[in-house]
Amino acid sequence: MPMLTVDGKQIEFKQGQTVIEAARAAGIDIPHFCWHPSLSVSGNCRVCLVEIEKMPKLAISCSTYAMDGMVVYTKSEKTLQARSAVMEFILINHPLDCPICDEAGECKLQEYAYAHGSGESHFEEIKVRKEKRVQLGPNIKFDGDRCIMCSRCIRFSDEIAKQNQLTFIKRGDKVTITTFPGESFDNPYTLNTTDICPVGALTNQDFRFKSRVWEMSKTNSVCVGCSRGCNTEVWVRNNQILRLTPRQNNDVNSYWMCDNGRLNTFKNVNAENRINGTFIRKEGELEKVSWEEALKVAAKSLKDYKSGEIAFIGSAFTTCEDNFALVKFAKSLGVVNIDFVNHTVQGDQDDILIREDKTPNTLGAELSGVRSGSNGLSVEGMMKAIKEGKIKALYVMEDDVASLNEEYEKILSKLELLIVHSANENKTTTLADIVFPASTYAEKNGTFVNFQGRVQRIRPAVATEEMDRALDGMKMSRWDKFGTKFDRWMQGLKYDSKPSWKIFTMLSTYLGGKTKYEMAEDVFIDLTHSVDSFKGLDYDTIGEQGVLLKIKQTVTV
Amino acid sequence: MPVQKRKEDLNILEKLYIPEIVKGMALTLKNMFRPNVTMQYPEVRFEPPSSYRGRPVLVQEKNGTERCVACGLCSRVCPALAIEVQASETELEKERYPQKFEINMLRCIFCGFCEEVCPEEAIVMSKDYELVFKNRKDAIFGKDKLLVQVDNLKDRLEFLRKFK
Ligand code: SF4
Ligand code: SF4
Ligand code: SF4
Ligand code: SF4
Repeated sequence: MPMLTVDGKQIEFKQGQTVIEAARAAGIDIPHFCWHPSLSVSGNCRVCLVEIEKMPKLAISCSTYAMDGMVVYTKSEKTLQARSAVMEFILINHPLDCPICDEAGECKLQEYAYAHGSGESHFEEIKVRKEKRVQLGPNIKFDGDRCIMCSRCIRFSDEIAKQNQLTFIKRGDKVTITTFPGESFDNPYTLNTTDICPVGALTNQDFRFKSRVWEMSKTNSVCVGCSRGCNTEVWVRNNQILRLTPRQNNDVNSYWMCDNGRLNTFKNVNAENRINGTFIRKEGELEKVSWEEALKVAAKSLKDYKSGEIAFIGSAFTTCEDNFALVKFAKSLGVVNIDFVNHTVQGDQDDILIREDKTPNTLGAELSGVRSGSNGLSVEGMMKAIKEGKIKALYVMEDDVASLNEEYEKILSKLELLIVHSANENKTTTLADIVFPASTYAEKNGTFVNFQGRVQRIRPAVATEEMDRALDGMKMSRWDKFGTKFDRWMQGLKYDSKPSWKIFTMLSTYLGGKTKYEMAEDVFIDLTHSVDSFKGLDYDTIGEQGVLLKIKQTVTV
Repeated sequence: MPVQKRKEDLNILEKLYIPEIVKGMALTLKNMFRPNVTMQYPEVRFEPPSSYRGRPVLVQEKNGTERCVACGLCSRVCPALAIEVQASETELEKERYPQKFEINMLRCIFCGFCEEVCPEEAIVMSKDYELVFKNRKDAIFGKDKLLVQVDNLKDRLEFLRKFK
């Protein structure tokens, strides 16, 4: 392998790597604005200048290929001077906007100004002003003043989102970003530019001014918008999700996520229609009752039916743990009619991230056994059997079956007993006889298996009534750490809900069952013992980046 | 502190007591004619100097809006976690304003850090030292109690310009 020396350290590199890439691979970070590991090289910011022996002038490390025997200095006097000069140059027209800029706290320019800036400017003239608050697209506001013309956003739209939508216009110090005349910056991936924009020029309309970044806790999670399962971070303040951002996973989503996933997969967690506590139908109306009563009534009513008269519907929206617990519970009752609904939107996919399957865990649900195949009825078969009066009791976990089509809605109202787990009110819960409040993906531990067969973990970011941030080892912001019960921010809304696996475990004790799951991982370990593909796994081995399952055969368990 | 002497260590004058009593009486007499510094609070109120750190307040501009841009720096720096700010967007040039601004006066320790860190001179320490509440809830001051006309804060703002 060829070698180069960076700051006296010998490092190996692959032919074709640039100096910045080789250094980065060896853990040496060379400051940069415009360079991004998955975008083409533009070389316009000049912050990555380094001194290289035998070269007459400093060279930008992002576009200089590493060569055998090269000697690079990233901290020499000359390099530092040049870097500080470049910083001063970039700051000439940059406004002192940090107090009102959403990027503050995670801003590259801010960080580099501290680390590499001189703290003073020779420039005494008036700064050039440009347009502020420009609506570039439906989800993005642009602030011309703040832009440092790195062109990352332009390259992102061209190369990653594959839509040539942004461009520079004008010249010199008047340069600014805009869309082509009459067009809007509206591809499905626009919000990724707010992450890679090194300054606060591009802001997320949905998150704008909601919170300062240092006030939130962030928890590693997985997007539930489709079967890609993009790795995400969930940002929470006062027990409320304020935004999602993508988390790097080169095997799944690289650095990106789609706008739909980012904006629309967390709003239901704090929606008005969250189900808070257990409900039972009394004299035609759903009435809130204690957990004990609801569990007792549910157990008693299930006992009234023969196993052939009961059917279970699982869900690809929820975790392997929940589905596995459902299967175990159904089997303990002798029920064989188990299935779940696929939610695919024909044609709604691309070769970037978005998948047709709009659930995060179809493979996981199948592997957990929520599809009895030829042994039991499919969802369609169940509906037919309900119509014919053969199936009298239906148990639905976290899926809005009644909203699938009008006929299903009519059929479901024929049931003698409908038990539903759900996080939010929907058509199915309004038809239900017993409703259990399910925790959302942001409130529990668990695993999803994405379309590639990669099992990935989710973690609780929002606390429910039974949880405590500190005791349950959840991520905490400074407010969470030092708050007392008298502080209002500690009194953020908490729902009385539980993960579905827990509800099944509790219910089974009322039916004389012996399953004793204490935590989600207990369910998962049980799953690894029963399903070959999961063999030998536990939460630690899955880790932050997931593990590819060895799936021999899909479907039918 | 004067060293306490044992009886056997006293000199002859001290042993006589009389000169010592006269000394003490002289001190009392002297103080009897010094100006009176005790204030008959609450009939008479103390008017603190501009360096005084009373409760923190928000500066309200002449046109009625607050100076604060809801940057949250005061909230971040506050060692007692007394300040809660929720920003929101405004049409004004400053772009953001505090939709909610609350100081929990039970938490505040009057350190003045919030005033020091504020980039807008929007939060200043006032001369107000009278803080009474009957329950925890009343101790949380919202914008209604925090906003003070800029004219009434001239002293402090001048002090800050000079010494900050
Ligand atoms: S808007 Fe941001 S990403 Fe785009 S060129 Fe300007 S600074 Fe770079
Ligand atoms: S591509 Fe799918 S998983 Fe990724 S962010 Fe979008 S909806 Fe979520
Ligand atoms: S004076 Fe100190 S303790 Fe009081 S609000 Fe300001 S920063 Fe917090
Ligand atoms: S530091 Fe000043 S401008 Fe910022 S939130 Fe506090 S009072 Fe407002």
